[in-house]
Amino acid sequence: MDTPTINDLNICVATENGSGSASSNNILFKAIFKMGVPCSSKNMFPSNIQGLPTWYEIRASAEGYLSRKDVIDVMVMFNDATAAKDIHRVRDGGLILYDDSTPLPANLRRDGVQYIGFPANKLVTKLVPASPLRAKQRNMVYVGALAYLFGIDMEVIKAVLEDTFGKKPAVIESNLLCIDAGYQYLKEESATQNIARLEQIPNGNKGKIITEGNTAAAIGAIYGGASVICWYPITPSSSLAESMEYYLPRLRKPKDGKKTYAIIQAEDEIASAGMIVGAGWAGARAMTSTSGPGVSLMNESIGLAYYAEVPCVFLIVQRGGPSTGLPTRTQQSDISLMYGASHGDTRHILLIPHDMNSCFDFARRSFDFADRFQTPVFVAMDLDLGMNLWSSEPLKLEKEPYELGKRLGAEQLEEWAKAGKKFRRYFDQDGDGIPYRTVPGNQHPMASYFTRGSGHDADAKYSEDENDYKYILDRVRKKFETARKFVPKPIIERERGVKTGIVCYGSSYEPVREARDRLKARGLKTNYMLIRALPLTGEVRDFLAEHDTIYLVEQNRDAQMAAIVKDEQPEVGAKIVSVLVYNGLPVTAGEVVKQIFDAAQSAQPKTATA
Amino acid sequence: MAEAKLNRINLSEKDYEGAASTMCRGCGHDAISASVMRAYFESSIDPRKVIKLSGIGCSSKTPAYFLSQSFGFNAVHGRMSAVATGANLANHKLMPIGVSGDGDTSAIGLGNFCHMMRRNVNITYIVENNGVYGLTKGQFSATADVGSVMKGGKVNDIPAIDLAELAITLGATYVARSFSGDRKQLTPLVQGALAHSGSAILDVISPCVTFNNHEGSTKSLKYAKGHLDPIHDLDFIPPFENIDADYEEGTDHEVKLHDGSRIRLHKLGKDYDPTNKMQAITAIHAAIAEGKFLTGLIYYNPNRKEFAEELNLCDTPLSDLTQDDLQPTLEQLQQINGNLMK
Ligand SMILES: Cc1ncc(C[n+]2csc(CCOP(=O)(O)OP(=O)(O)O)c2C)c(N)n1
Ligand code: SF4
Ligand SMILES: [Mg+2]
Repeated sequence: MDTPTINDLNICVATENGSGSASSNNILFKAIFKMGVPCSSKNMFPSNIQGLPTWYEIRASAEGYLSRKDVIDVMVMFNDATAAKDIHRVRDGGLILYDDSTPLPANLRRDGVQYIGFPANKLVTKLVPASPLRAKQRNMVYVGALAYLFGIDMEVIKAVLEDTFGKKPAVIESNLLCIDAGYQYLKEESATQNIARLEQIPNGNKGKIITEGNTAAAIGAIYGGASVICWYPITPSSSLAESMEYYLPRLRKPKDGKKTYAIIQAEDEIASAGMIVGAGWAGARAMTSTSGPGVSLMNESIGLAYYAEVPCVFLIVQRGGPSTGLPTRTQQSDISLMYGASHGDTRHILLIPHDMNSCFDFARRSFDFADRFQTPVFVAMDLDLGMNLWSSEPLKLEKEPYELGKRLGAEQLEEWAKAGKKFRRYFDQDGDGIPYRTVPGNQHPMASYFTRGSGHDADAKYSEDENDYKYILDRVRKKFETARKFVPKPIIERERGVKTGIVCYGSSYEPVREARDRLKARGLKTNYMLIRALPLTGEVRDFLAEHDTIYLVEQNRDAQMAAIVKDEQPEVGAKIVSVLVYNGLPVTAGEVVKQIFDAAQSAQPKTATA
Repeated sequence: MAEAKLNRINLSEKDYEGAASTMCRGCGHDAISASVMRAYFESSIDPRKVIKLSGIGCSSKTPAYFLSQSFGFNAVHGRMSAVATGANLANHKLMPIGVSGDGDTSAIGLGNFCHMMRRNVNITYIVENNGVYGLTKGQFSATADVGSVMKGGKVNDIPAIDLAELAITLGATYVARSFSGDRKQLTPLVQGALAHSGSAILDVISPCVTFNNHEGSTKSLKYAKGHLDPIHDLDFIPPFENIDADYEEGTDHEVKLHDGSRIRLHKLGKDYDPTNKMQAITAIHAAIAEGKFLTGLIYYNPNRKEFAEELNLCDTPLSDLTQDDLQPTLEQLQQINGNLMK
């Protein structure tokens, strides 16, 4: 038998949606975090409120890898509906925990794994009075069982319960009772396992926080000055707007004794987009949050904002494709949708966060980009970032003044007037493609103008003249080129002489980090680039040019980022090998490693000439 | 040359004009624009405090043809209600006027329109209702009456959406109907709408002389004129005209608006109380049954807060807030971080 690893463990809890397991899993995850062990969690949940299967994976990693792990060491088999499949997901030598209140059916036995049973049902029946709560408390028993088996101190669990349910001592007590029952039961049985031990690491997670990207982005948007927020519920973005609803009254000081923000649940995404275009036009920092289906509905207004040059922010949490089925699974499949949203020629700025701090930071700065470039700005998140709990460095605020761009107040216009300068709303006065703007409420006689979509000249007068139209199109494109110099630069790690590059973006960051270490261990050294924005910056271009082979990791079927790269830099096209993961699950390092080795093998003769 | 007449803020009627209209000659929409300009002039409203919003259609082009000193936004088809809602939240000190068509409002934009009224967003919202899509050349709209004939001979057999009734039902707080050619009635109704705070909906029959003015159309100039059913004559009295408080002879009702102005209603037939919702809806239906257009101030509700007030927005427009107002402190972030460590 193997010797147990220290702090290296991947637990999968299989339950039914709506059975209360979210709370148990949370406690388990936070307990491991509190022990100081680097850890991450992935919630694979259905589009359903009650009854469909859900899996929650908790990974403890001594080395600090936070992506989803390929192998499951321990399966908590608490969902009869999926048990037959679940038993085969555990690695050989792994462990299956189950409720032995009733005997285990023969078809749920397999070889090569250890089984440990405990009578969760019977225990809660004894401990908890009959109530709808009882079924939920059953899930607390496996927390205790795992705690005993892997060495999570009950004191730590108590502390987590207190943090979580601080003001409800009765809830703490009843949960603790059930957890302890699981713990004591296995203790009396002298159950043992040989897979792993969790050991406290003093100061291990000291100073770290646990949060979700949606929370981080919500707080970021508040710090960024969002004042008109219009949204329509959709998973996985709802919790972003709901976090704003929670934090806004707590963070924003009132003015004139009243609110400094309007947060509106609109009637649909068409309305939320229309509202923020109206609000952005009228000078507020306006935003919406949604995911792919919402972006589809918002398309027309996005184009209007692009052509009318109205600042507005779209925080997008990507998920699976249309309609029912995969809304609760993660994807990066709306990159091209966002980049080219709407009709006519359009190109949009995308800020692409990859961790909690960049969710916070990019959401905050998105308003500066929108105001500076007078255009819609997208923050391209995904479900894995947005809805899973991540351990992270604390959110860090760069104290910098809001960038309001070329917005002219009445006093500035008066200076212009005195200097004999004209205000021309859509004229490229500075040669950077960015015009000056005024907002309603500015009462200077020169301020007002009439806003339209595409049919206007440099002075905002109605025009269908071909030259006027072309002027506007070309100038807006020029503005985009200017943006290239301002958007977040990629993060690059490179060593001289290494000719293979791995490129990724967003939530692929963690698995790729791990994959690179594994590749290196197997003899393949790679340089690395994390793309953090569109348009692509010069640094991205250089990195691509400098490498012979580029593995571009994306979470979509059609290699959407690769298409954008090839479009802008056709000469690197032949060097790009796409590594595509699009099954709706958070990417694992193993998948990345496997695809890269497979590609390297089959491409060997070609790469030299690429 | 005679001096141009000036209003209380020293502006002449010319100061309320806009670019030259591009409507067909004789289009009802131009007549409405004329009443709108007149209403602003008469009420002495500063055009720089007005924002003009519209969707897409012939009607939606008209905001360019009045109040050239105001900011304007000709948005996309059917979305004016949403855009206006956002603009209103960003700066609730401004006075929004929205101009839309029957297609823009009752078809593609119906959903957003309904929700704007539910929220009672402060706006003067004029539907220039001609029963057709003018700009796309004459297709039926959702306000075409049953039995109305299209230019090509096609007869509409789907019931019309009655925008006034819809507005009353969904929460609008000032609902009127009028006719583009009835300047005497329309102008005070617009003035009242401008003075009102909340969603003021004006459904104005506005014949499309090019695509819907033929025999058989129920929105032709001739048909509309012959089937108007006014509830009352009305006068608008701005707050600055301190006429004695007594009712004039024949005044049955006086509607007091938020800003102190008043509308005096002089009955033409039966008693009519515009604050009575059920009576308003019944009257609309009775007129429809007779094939008539009920016109006048059909409904008025003084008791609802407009949306920005309901939301308790600060007096300073959100668009004028500074980083100091909007950005929480570093200490607050540290506190959040502390809570997220648990
Ligand atoms: C999304 C979209 N669909 C269709 C159109 C084409 N379109 C332009 S105006 C219009 C109808 C306008 O009718 P109405 O609102 O009644 O205005 P009118 O021209 O009659 O004043 C349509 C369908 C459009 N501009 N946008
Ligand atoms: S087509 Fe009809 S609605 Fe349009 S401008 Fe001409 S008359 Fe007016
Ligand atoms: Mg029409």
